[in-house]
Amino acid sequence: MDLSVIVVVVVATALVFDFTNGFHDTANAMATSIATGALRPRVAVAVAGVLNLVGAFLSVEVAKTISSGMVDETRITPVVIFAGLVGAIVWNLLTWLLGLPSSSSHALFGGLIGASLVAAGTGAVHFGVVLTKVVVPALISPFLAGVVALIGTYLAYRTTARADKGVVTKGFRTGQILSSSMVALAHGTNDAQKTMGVITLTLITAGVLAPNSGPPFWVIASAGLAIALGTYIGGWRIIRTLGKRVSDIESPQGFAAETASTAVILASSHLGFALSTTQVCTGAIFGAGAGRRLAGVRWGVAGQMAIAWVLTLPAAAVVGAAAAWVASGGTLGTVIVAVVGVAFAAGIYAVSRRRPVHSGNVNDVPAAAPADPPVRMAA
Amino acid sequence: MTVAWGSLGVVALVSLVAGVALIVLVSFALVGLSARARPGEVGGAGTGAAGTRVAGARGMSPAAGTAVAVVCLLAAALIVGYGLWVLIA
Repeated sequence: MDLSVIVVVVVATALVFDFTNGFHDTANAMATSIATGALRPRVAVAVAGVLNLVGAFLSVEVAKTISSGMVDETRITPVVIFAGLVGAIVWNLLTWLLGLPSSSSHALFGGLIGASLVAAGTGAVHFGVVLTKVVVPALISPFLAGVVALIGTYLAYRTTARADKGVVTKGFRTGQILSSSMVALAHGTNDAQKTMGVITLTLITAGVLAPNSGPPFWVIASAGLAIALGTYIGGWRIIRTLGKRVSDIESPQGFAAETASTAVILASSHLGFALSTTQVCTGAIFGAGAGRRLAGVRWGVAGQMAIAWVLTLPAAAVVGAAAAWVASGGTLGTVIVAVVGVAFAAGIYAVSRRRPVHSGNVNDVPAAAPADPPVRMAA
Repeated sequence: MTVAWGSLGVVALVSLVAGVALIVLVSFALVGLSARARPGEVGGAGTGAAGTRVAGARGMSPAAGTAVAVVCLLAAALIVGYGLWVLIA
């Protein structure tokens, strides 16, 4: 296949991944605001979309980590990146269907690592960078966000215990509008950069850009627009999970969770750590749930999420590796991968239409299973 | 292969201090604003978060409460603004 054609295909696929990243992660910023009624669902996703776009222009540190650190760009081709993206998109769509807030970032890294291993061997993956810039932050960040949210929630309730209830509720709801907006901004700053990094990596492997180059403006703009559009579409299934199934969130908890998430994501983005915004926000929501006296946290839901988190990187790697193996057969192989990927996406969409979740029913949660009641926290 | 523990420590410290400070500042601002609410109306203004009747917020006058709220919110805005400035600059 002509190099320019495959580069165009990879850029388009990267933008599709960015779109799925957007709707998969809308919940990170807006789930608690929608759950507490601080923002109407449609307004929430519109605000999140715009701020994701703005956030995409604020920093390129994470993009540099992706494009010039994780894999050896001299040993892989655009076809390998295409295969990795297919693996990430497949996992994103599957977890969206299940309403699981898994990490789009880890799906992307997994897909790229799996495809690179099959196409170029173990030497093509810089496991040291993967460990220090991805794995370690991924393990630490959700706990950090959870601790910040837990302490913040506890102090918020303690501080306002004797204050006027109406003022407190209204005040924290207003605060939530700002804090959730900050999470959306932070999300655009961190996650849009990952797609920028992948497109930049593609352009480097194709010889369009010099090694270690930063993303050109058109890459930043297109990645920002794709994630903003995906965010506006709204991943209502995951919004329902995070907003209603984890804990019965009140406005002080929502504010604390979003503030903790923003602090962790922005601090990490500034230092080039490509952490998972999904895991940070989920950790913060659990921390906020545990920080309120007598609040109920459904740890069974946490268990499901933990399984999805652990599986995300290897599962996407397996799909990416399989796609790379098929695509290595030449143009026909690449076309087969593309056709199978599109068919899978169409199948997922068709299944999702059987029980649609949308802005009108996102806060309507079926009764919890008896085996998974909320666990009351004594602290 | 070296884990950048120093940078991770910075992230942890900044996140903890900035995140908790913002939440506490907004909480104190709401306590201050509560002093402006008229006491004695059950279920609305003058009712504590735990359902207890309160006279203002910890005996603060409305003017003092407003001042506390303004100072706390300004401090919170400064923290957010500085964070964004550091990110963009």
